[in-house]
Amino acid sequence: MASKVTSAIMRQGLAVLWVSIRAEPVVFTFAVLASGVYGLMTVASAWALGWATEHVVLPSFADGDVAGGTVAAGVALIIGVALVKAGGVAFRRFLAGVMQYRMQARSRREVTRQYLRLPLAWHHRHPTGQLLSNASADAEAAWAPLAPLPMAVGVVVMLVAAAVAMVLADPVLALVGFLIFPAIALLNMVYQRRLSPLAARAQQLRAEVSEIAHESFDGALVVKTLGREDLEAARFQAKAHELRDANIAVGRVRGLFDPMLEALPTLGVLAVLLFGAMRLESGAVTAGTLVQVAYLFTLLAFPIRALGWVLAELPRSVVGWSRVQAVLEATGSMSYGTAVIDGDSPARLEVSGLAYSYGDAPVLRDVTFEVPAGRTVALVGPTGSGKSTLVQALVRLVDPDEGSVRVDGVDLREVERGGISRAVALAPQHTFLFDDTVRGNITLGLPVPDEDVWAALRLAQADGFVSALPAGLDTKVGERGTSLSGGQRQRIALARAVVRRPRLLVLDDATSSVDPQVEAKILYGLRDAAEASTVVVVAYRMATIALADEVVYLEHGRVADRGPHEELITRCEGYRNLVTAYEREEAERAALNQDQEPDDELDELDELDELQDLQDDDIEGVSA
Amino acid sequence: MTTAFQGIDRSALATVRRGLSLTPEFRRGLAGTLALAVVATIGKIIVPIAVQQTIDTGLKGSVPDVPYIRTAVLVCAAAVVLTALAAYWMNVRLYKSTESSLATLRTRGFRHVHDLSVLTQNTERRGALVSRVTGDVDQITTFMQSGGLMIIIAGGQLLVASVLMLIYSWQLTLLVWACFLPLAVALPRFQRWLSGAYTTVRERTGDVLAAVSESVVGAAVIRAYGSEDRTARRVDAAIEANRAAQTRAQRIVATVFPLTEIMAAVAIAGVVLLGVRLGLDGGITAGRLIAFLFLITLFISPLQIATEVLNEAQNAVAGWRRILGVLDTPPDVADPGEDGVTLPRGPISVTFENVGFAYPGGPQVLHEVSVEIPPRSRVAVVGETGSGKTTFAKLLTRLMDPTGGRVLVDGHDLREVRFSSLRERIVMVPQDGFLFDGTLADNIRYGRPAATDEEILLALTELGLADWLEGLPAGLETRVGQRGESLSAGERQLVALTRAYLADPDLLLLDEATSAVDPATEVRLARALEGVTRGRTAVSIAHRLSTAEAADEVLVFDKGRIVQRGPHAELVAEPGVYAGLYASWAATTGSR
Repeated sequence: MASKVTSAIMRQGLAVLWVSIRAEPVVFTFAVLASGVYGLMTVASAWALGWATEHVVLPSFADGDVAGGTVAAGVALIIGVALVKAGGVAFRRFLAGVMQYRMQARSRREVTRQYLRLPLAWHHRHPTGQLLSNASADAEAAWAPLAPLPMAVGVVVMLVAAAVAMVLADPVLALVGFLIFPAIALLNMVYQRRLSPLAARAQQLRAEVSEIAHESFDGALVVKTLGREDLEAARFQAKAHELRDANIAVGRVRGLFDPMLEALPTLGVLAVLLFGAMRLESGAVTAGTLVQVAYLFTLLAFPIRALGWVLAELPRSVVGWSRVQAVLEATGSMSYGTAVIDGDSPARLEVSGLAYSYGDAPVLRDVTFEVPAGRTVALVGPTGSGKSTLVQALVRLVDPDEGSVRVDGVDLREVERGGISRAVALAPQHTFLFDDTVRGNITLGLPVPDEDVWAALRLAQADGFVSALPAGLDTKVGERGTSLSGGQRQRIALARAVVRRPRLLVLDDATSSVDPQVEAKILYGLRDAAEASTVVVVAYRMATIALADEVVYLEHGRVADRGPHEELITRCEGYRNLVTAYEREEAERAALNQDQEPDDELDELDELDELQDLQDDDIEGVSA
Repeated sequence: MTTAFQGIDRSALATVRRGLSLTPEFRRGLAGTLALAVVATIGKIIVPIAVQQTIDTGLKGSVPDVPYIRTAVLVCAAAVVLTALAAYWMNVRLYKSTESSLATLRTRGFRHVHDLSVLTQNTERRGALVSRVTGDVDQITTFMQSGGLMIIIAGGQLLVASVLMLIYSWQLTLLVWACFLPLAVALPRFQRWLSGAYTTVRERTGDVLAAVSESVVGAAVIRAYGSEDRTARRVDAAIEANRAAQTRAQRIVATVFPLTEIMAAVAIAGVVLLGVRLGLDGGITAGRLIAFLFLITLFISPLQIATEVLNEAQNAVAGWRRILGVLDTPPDVADPGEDGVTLPRGPISVTFENVGFAYPGGPQVLHEVSVEIPPRSRVAVVGETGSGKTTFAKLLTRLMDPTGGRVLVDGHDLREVRFSSLRERIVMVPQDGFLFDGTLADNIRYGRPAATDEEILLALTELGLADWLEGLPAGLETRVGQRGESLSAGERQLVALTRAYLADPDLLLLDEATSAVDPATEVRLARALEGVTRGRTAVSIAHRLSTAEAADEVLVFDKGRIVQRGPHAELVAEPGVYAGLYASWAATTGSR
């Protein structure tokens, strides 16, 4: 069973290697050639040494005299072979690296291209950490065997050459080699097979230790404020000890196999000396041959282990490759039409019968409303009512399961690629800034004059702090905008949305981190500037809602009611509850102060619950 | 980059000495491990000796002396097995001692990070702190188990080979050394090139990760603004720069690595040349000369791995330095421990006496704050962003110590109160409801580890959150995900609040603890809190002024000072900061 699985992995692993060979045939060919040279020259260096022993060393000690030409030939042979061998090693190493890094870069490019192509719905289904490791660790693991691969091929050449050389030298001594070298290769395979699950477990535990440290330090404030340092230390220690034990287990296997792998060729040399002496006695071999074969053993002992390295990397490679492949084979990229919705005037928006689910959980159901050109609509609803998903559908970050979103009568799915972002802009709830300058973050590469950028910053109430930055518009904001406060980041994101003078502007609670005073100024500014755009704004603050011509009130993924704020507040309980929560609280407290009996408070709480229930019933009634 | 940690500029030797003093498990039995290493090294010279014996003694006559050779080979084989056993034993000892000592070091480092004040923690990036107890320790381990061991083995190998060579012929030994010496001298330079090239690779790899993560984390923005191509170009540039750096590093390795092979060949050729010239008169025999050829191969691998080992050694010292930097940084907010005061249970009073605070090297953020919070009172703290509200909260919970004046609880200076007592009686709920990866119950129980499920349910019910709990798919067993990300920001705050409430403190401090909850829920929660904080002292840092309206007293912060205090009704009537804050709050939330 186990061997079946392993041979399947081997097959897959070789298939992965074959992919890389087809992708980089020239580099691979030269790397293998260089490695072949290295393999042949390794055997040749033993032969050169044997030759020098036979023709230079032994005669000179036996006769005390050797021709100068022979000595020179021996020296030239030894150095010449070494130079060619060193060249082989250098090119083998370099080209193996070139191939490995090219394949890595290729996978990384393909994976990120795919990330940029796949729809947001796909992104929602995959955790960020996983996507990042697909592009980094997995792409690296997939091509890790490429580093030792040419060497392994060279070792095969070396072994064949060594076998030939040994057989030519003496069949009996060759027999010792034929026993020892397969034994080393076999032992090494057993070693790698024993080691790799242990090493994988240690690797896993290392990640877990790191996870605990990350989580614990991230939550340092909670740990501190509740005085749970000892508890955390105990949790970390338990995992650190597991890691220690796993590493010791790895060490035991290493500690056992490494000395065995060293001892085996040494024993081989000893056997060669013994059997060689006997063959010498019968006159079948010369002393030079004996030295040559013994030397070959010492030279081959180490490289032969390269075969094991490739085999050891294969399972990891297969896992990395299949993870990368899963991303590359993911389907569901958005299709685009040819329609154009460009123009200078505000756009008309129609949403009809829109439904959307995350997996089995419906988030939006039969959402229908329209926004006439140039008007402002507020989307209001409690947390989890589907506002953000609806917003994503409005700018076609997701396609509805049912129904449609139309701008000026054109279904967004029929708009040409890039057409929507020219006409529609979104300021999302979670601000995202690129590791770029303030200007770059606002223009995103569009050719926008600086006056327009400043105008957008003024509208977003961001001109003040941006002009105070050390390099103004050219200030780098750092990774994810870490050098700015939350409110500042939101204002830059807002400027990004308004600078392109969109025909439809969608604001998803885009000022939540801004101080109330500043927020008020932004909203007034937007009202004045909004004539050029149709605006959809997600909000539950009164000041924001006051900007809107109409309110669409969402609950449980449906439009529970819509109309002007004044109408909704009188006829829609849920809406009233949400937007007047603070006012009611104050009124109730005033009543409480007049009548100090605590029971009243409880009664009122119950009353509030009843209202809530009633309102829920209402909604059920509407949907039925 | 600045760091708050100590001893970063310590010398390499001092670092290692101090590091070893912290790892007694490693030092214990080190002598035995080293002795085994010496025995294991002898295994390396068995082959040259055997070759020499065979040629010089066994093959001396016209007919090989097979019995002699057989005996020699058997003795050598036994020695091989013995040295292999010694190597095994040495490896196991080494792994055990290094892993044990480093696990201890890791845990100590981890614990110490938690003992450091929030201030010190925040000066370092979180990721950097994590690598102190992970990557940095791993680098030390790698060195001790591979590089450090190799130095011992390779050094021993060179030593025993040289000794044997000297016994055979001092002239040839000098020749061999002369061939390898230039390489050894040049090694540090190669290592500098290489470590420079690897540093560039690491930086470029970081750039790739940053660029790729933009395309993942910023997916929505990239699509909404149609900037896929622009992002792809940025990612491509980062990937290409990384590949180029990797290739450059590989070129250096590929150039330097085979140099030893060439030098070895020169040495071999030289030995043959000089050896036959010296001849028998020079005291050299054929067997000894040939043994030299085998001994030279022992020089190759130590020199080939030397650059790598030097790199590892450098990394390990840097790792030591960084983790020692953490361990040697004294906690600036220290627990008085056994000598400290234990506060009795019961409602808490708080007094701020001329309290001032400034971040190190920064301007004063709190000036001369004096205020008294009587037991059982409910106080709201209001003010604009940056007015000093949060600093006030951190001083009150002793996450930081004041730089002037003092904070008293029940008449005791906070600095004299034992942490165990302080953390039990005063609990703060921070704004971001941080949750640990686990179930809802696990997270709430973090407030009181001994609490039963019934007690947790009771706490949720008392806070009016039973309905919310019912709406969750798996109730208390709902998994919250990493950092609680499976829950909404508002829900995380609900859990954090329940967690603090379950801890049953005598003073509850809420730092905008319900800012992400929707208004209807927030109002219900505020009412529930009013009930459950009765009998306790409660301080709320308020972002919505409805909280202030309900408080006994409002403290108004502006530019690091308390500029107004009193009940809402009084403050709102008088002209001042509070009236202004209230007016703009009313304008954004209500229709007054």
